[in-house]
Amino acid sequence: MEPFKTQRGLIATLDRANVDTDQIIPKQFLKSIARTGFGESLFFDWRYLPDGKPNPEFVLNQPRFKGASILVARNNFGCGSSREHAVWAIQQYGFQAVIAPWQENGGSRIPAFADIFKNNCSKNVVLTIELSAPEVEEIFLMTDRYAGLEATINLDEQRVTLHLPEEISFHFEIDPAIKARLIHGLDDIGLTLKHEKEIHSFESRHNSQLYK
Amino acid sequence: MVTFPDGTALLYIDRQLVHEVTSPQAFEGLRLTGRKVRRPELTFATMDHNVPTEDRFNIKDPISKAQVDALSQNCREFGITLYDLKSEHQGIVHIIGPELGLTLPGLTIVCGDSHTSTHGAFGTFALGIGTSEVEHVLAAQCLPQKKPKTFKVEFTGHLNPAVTAKDLILKLIGLIGTAGGTGYVLEYCGEAIRALSMEARMTICNMSIEAGARAGMVAPDETTFQYIASGNRPFAPKSKDFEKAVQFWKTLPTDSDAKFDREMTIDASKIAPQVTWGTSPGMVTDVTNRVPEPDKVPGYSRKDVEHALEYMGLRPGMPVTEIKVDTVFIGSCTNARIEDLRTVAKYFKGRRVASSVRAMIVPGSQQVKKQAEAEGLHEIFKAAGCEWRESGCSMCLAMNPDQLKPGERCASTSNRNFEGRQGKGGRTHLVSPEMAAGAAIEGHFVDIRTWE
Repeated sequence: MEPFKTQRGLIATLDRANVDTDQIIPKQFLKSIARTGFGESLFFDWRYLPDGKPNPEFVLNQPRFKGASILVARNNFGCGSSREHAVWAIQQYGFQAVIAPWQENGGSRIPAFADIFKNNCSKNVVLTIELSAPEVEEIFLMTDRYAGLEATINLDEQRVTLHLPEEISFHFEIDPAIKARLIHGLDDIGLTLKHEKEIHSFESRHNSQLYK
Repeated sequence: MVTFPDGTALLYIDRQLVHEVTSPQAFEGLRLTGRKVRRPELTFATMDHNVPTEDRFNIKDPISKAQVDALSQNCREFGITLYDLKSEHQGIVHIIGPELGLTLPGLTIVCGDSHTSTHGAFGTFALGIGTSEVEHVLAAQCLPQKKPKTFKVEFTGHLNPAVTAKDLILKLIGLIGTAGGTGYVLEYCGEAIRALSMEARMTICNMSIEAGARAGMVAPDETTFQYIASGNRPFAPKSKDFEKAVQFWKTLPTDSDAKFDREMTIDASKIAPQVTWGTSPGMVTDVTNRVPEPDKVPGYSRKDVEHALEYMGLRPGMPVTEIKVDTVFIGSCTNARIEDLRTVAKYFKGRRVASSVRAMIVPGSQQVKKQAEAEGLHEIFKAAGCEWRESGCSMCLAMNPDQLKPGERCASTSNRNFEGRQGKGGRTHLVSPEMAAGAAIEGHFVDIRTWE
C-alpha cells in the first residue's frame, strides 16, 4: 500500500447530500473483474449525456474543477451499496481525499460518511475527512469566491489548510490506527497475519457451528 | 482473540458468503500476494447479481459472463463450495444462507454486500464489507473491528392486518434518516418483532443498512429455533447437536437491563403502509398521505427534495394513491422469500394485473421457486398476467437484463430507490409485497388495508 503523502491540491465541490455509491459508480461498471479503469466512469449518470458527451451542467465537468484532487460534498456521502468500486473510481479519477460534514443530532453526531464506504476508503488510502457543517459550508463559499482554490491536507497534523489570501485551517479527527496505517502505507492483511499464533489458538477452541 | 490498545479487536469470522461481483479483485489479491484461503470450508459462494432471470444459462452480456465464469474458476482454484446456476441451491446470497442452515444464532458472518445485515434476524452478527475486507477474511478468517455503538429499536403493540415488516423498517428509516444508524448496530425488539416470522425479521434486518447501520439484529427465540429445525437445511444442526445448540442459543439474547447508546420506541399499531416518493429510502410516507412540499421534509434540504421530485416526476401535494405505476417488481433479498410469494398470490388469485402494468415476480432462490411451484403459486401469477422468473437479484439493481427504461415508474419490493438503481432514469417506489400486488392490479397505489 502506498503511504498517504501531504499534498497541495485543487478543491472541487459537489453540493449534494446522501450521494450513494450507485451514483458514484453505476452497476454496469461493477462487472469488471479488474481493479483499475473506473476513473472514467465516476459519477457516470451525472457526468455524461445520453450520447456519451460530457454533461456541461455537471460540476466536475466545469473547467474550474479540472485536475481537482480534493472532493468536498455534503452529509452521508457514500451511502448504500458496499461496492469498493466507488472508492476505486474516486481515486482513479484523481481524488486523494473527500471532505464532508457531520450533523448534530441532539448532542450526538451523525457521521459524515457511510460506514462501509469510509472503511473502503481507508483500505485504499483515500482520506475521508469529517468537518463540522459550518466548516464545510465555509469551504463551499470560499471555493465559489476564489477560483482555483487549493488546499493542503496534512495527515500527520490532522489539518486541512485552505490557501486563501489569508490561509485558514481546519483540524480533523481520525482513528489513530487508520492514521498510522495510511502514513506508513502498512499492509492491513499482513498486520493481521502477524497474529497467526493467536488466530490458530482461537480456532482450536472455537466452534464455528459447522455441522457438515 | 487479539485486542489492540485503541480498542480494535480481531474478530473471528465464522462464515464468509461470496458472490461474483465483489470477489474477483479479492481472489486476484490473494494470487498476487501468494496467500491462500485460510478456511475454505467456512466460505460459500453463489452467483446472483448478473444472472438472467429468463434464459438463465444463456448470459448474453460477455462481461457479465466473464464475471460469473471468474467466480467458478476462483472457487475451483481455492477449494470453495459454489452454488452455481446448475445448483438446486442457487439464489440471492442472503436468501440461500438461511435456507441452507449456514446462518445460525451467535455466529459472525460477512459478505461483500451491504445487505448482509439480513442474517442478523437470527441473532447473528452479520456485516457487509468491501472487497479489500473480503480478501482480508479469505486470507485471515478475521477482521479488525471496533466495537460498534448499540441502538435499541422497540416496536410495541401489534401490526395492523396487511401492514408488514417492510413498513416497520421503512417507517424507522423515515424517522431516523438514512444516516441515523451509522456507527450503530440496531437491535429490533418488542412485541411486534416477537410476533414476526423469521422471514419477516429478515426483511427488517435486511434494510438496516438503509438506515446507515452495518448490522441489525433480533434476539433468537422459539421462532428462530423452529425455522432452523424445519425444512431441508443441510448445514443446520440435527438431533443431539440441535438440542445442544439451542441451549447455547438461549444464552444469546440481550440482558433485560442492558444499556444501549441510543433507544427508540415506536408504536407498531399506528404504522400505515409506507411508500417512498423520492430517491433516498428516507423519503417515505404513509400511503394515505400526499407527496410532500419541498420545505416540509425533515432531514432533507429543500434543494435535495426538489431534485428528488423532479427526478421522480412528481408534484408536491399529489395523493400517493394517485401515483400510477408502469412496472411492479416483486423480488430481491428484502422480499423474495416463500412467505412473500404466498402473500402476493392471495392478492393475485382470481384477479388480473392492470393492462398498463408489467408485473414481474422473481423468486429469491431455486428453493423458493421450487416451493412456490409445488404450491401452484406460479399458476396463480401467470393467470393474473405476471411474469414468473428464475432466481436472482434481478431488477433490484438491474445488473442483469431486468431494467427499467428512462422515466418508467416501478412499485418495487426491493430496498433502494436511488437514482438509476433499477435502470438509468427509472423511478422506484419502495413498498411491501402487499402494496406492490395492489399497485399491480389497480395500476396505481392503493391503501392495501382497505382495498376491496
